[in-house]
Amino acid sequence: MGISFKGVSKQFRRVRVLNNIDLDISHGDRIALVGSNGAGKTTLIRCLLGEYNFQGNISVDGLEPRANRTDVLKRIGFVPQLSPPLKMPVGQLIKFAAGVCQSKPERMLEICNLLGLDVEQIKRRPFNKLSGGQKQKLLISIALGRDTDLLVLDEPAANLDPEARHSFFQLLAEKQQHAAMIISSHRLDEVAALVNRVIELDQGDIVLDDHVADQIDLDSVLVCCLKLNRSDSAFAETIREWGFVDSENGLVWRGEIAGPDRLRFLGVLSRYAALLKGIQLDENNTAGGADVQAHTA
Amino acid sequence: MKHLLLAAKTDMSESLRSRWFMVYTLVFGGVIVALFMSGLTESRVMGFSGLSRVLVTYLQITMAILPVFVLITTVRSVAGDREAGVFEYMLSLPVSLFAWFWGKMLGRFVVVFLPVFLAMFAAVAWGLGRDIEIPWQQVIYYTGFLLSLAWCFLGIGMLVSTLARSSDVATGIAFIIWLGLLLFMDLILLGLLIRQGLPSETVIVLALFNPMQVFRTAAMMLFDPQLVLLGQSAYVILDNFGKQGYILWALLYPVGLGTVCAWFGYVMFKRSDLP
Repeated sequence: MGISFKGVSKQFRRVRVLNNIDLDISHGDRIALVGSNGAGKTTLIRCLLGEYNFQGNISVDGLEPRANRTDVLKRIGFVPQLSPPLKMPVGQLIKFAAGVCQSKPERMLEICNLLGLDVEQIKRRPFNKLSGGQKQKLLISIALGRDTDLLVLDEPAANLDPEARHSFFQLLAEKQQHAAMIISSHRLDEVAALVNRVIELDQGDIVLDDHVADQIDLDSVLVCCLKLNRSDSAFAETIREWGFVDSENGLVWRGEIAGPDRLRFLGVLSRYAALLKGIQLDENNTAGGADVQAHTA
Repeated sequence: MKHLLLAAKTDMSESLRSRWFMVYTLVFGGVIVALFMSGLTESRVMGFSGLSRVLVTYLQITMAILPVFVLITTVRSVAGDREAGVFEYMLSLPVSLFAWFWGKMLGRFVVVFLPVFLAMFAAVAWGLGRDIEIPWQQVIYYTGFLLSLAWCFLGIGMLVSTLARSSDVATGIAFIIWLGLLLFMDLILLGLLIRQGLPSETVIVLALFNPMQVFRTAAMMLFDPQLVLLGQSAYVILDNFGKQGYILWALLYPVGLGTVCAWFGYVMFKRSDLP
């Protein structure tokens, strides 16, 4: 799949949100689209999805998104940052999405299961009554449960628990063979491990377009052992959310974290730096089967 | 076609779960119940009694409240959906804009028309149960008028929703449209304009192009074929249209107006930024 933006500009009344954007995206690109609020990320995505009129040209394998909406959108899976306040039941949303995307509801349900969302229990519940995490899982399932050449994900893992994030990364690892990805975030550290290219927008201009080291397997797992100099209830509560279990009266904690989550995990640990006596992270390389000691302290 | 039906079903499902729909249903159900409780079936006015009187009164009340309900709820929910980000997500799915827009219109039409029709149907069923003579011709025409009126204001509502970028602005415009049409009826400004000496042709043209007045005149025509209640303007209507001709106008003109408005709304929707 080839996507090109040529001289794309967008203006809302007097405010210019995108300035003459030139950009090419190829098959295999996993792009972190970063920038502060108002940088133009969402506008760029909406132009690509054919939702906005704009100056310039966007081409998705030769098709213009606005003029060939359905043909282009058939090939793009999208997860928005903010879930839409839909009142329709979950089951109906899945049927609708599968119907218009020419997919099967079963495929979407399968992804829901992998992300730990039991649709059977919530299929009659209105979508807007779900928790933030449930909504996110469902929207991800709809985007991944169909054939796409491009995934556009806006802060996709923000509301997911660590376990679901791990499953999500594994699903992305499977998808990366067939689809390009644009992952939008206002923080690079949230998505750095998922991508091989970083594009930064600032006030409608591309200020950085760089390829980054692509050494982290999306489906890798890190086995982790943490040693504390004293037990702490706040730390215990936080680390349990990551699925860790303790021994020696809360002084030693063991668990697994998803490879792409390592930066995020270390960010969480940094809040408890004074408590930490030792950190051990061993990469369990599922492909090669080799154990690599990644970091010790 | 499949996408259009899916979009219609989705919109119906959204509407059925909305608070406005509950209020809307309660209002029309309540009107019918209130009419029965007030003993209207037993009263006789101008030789007109029983179920026919209930239906005529129901239609007159409907004429006043159906348009404002349809306008306000349509613009609030459609423009509100856009504001809340529903369009951003739903229109990122590969559904055509034609299917989305007209599916929404179709689904909403069913939801808007059904409670009004069911309330009338309940009155007819009540009449059948009590062995009261049912004015079937009137019932059929009234159903047609209601269909026509609902479609007309739905089309206007969809147009306003497309043109206004926020639900507050859309609500304001919708309310002004309803108020304007309500004012330009024989009961209010039209009567005043005649008294001020405005040429009767102008007044009649205004009346013929006001869908609410068209609905009211046609509903009156069914129980007052000479349009005695309307006075002089009845001559113009009956001379130029005839009874059947006017009823046909009352059925087709609002549908046409609603369709033109909705089509214009669709063209604007297709050309504008979607979310």
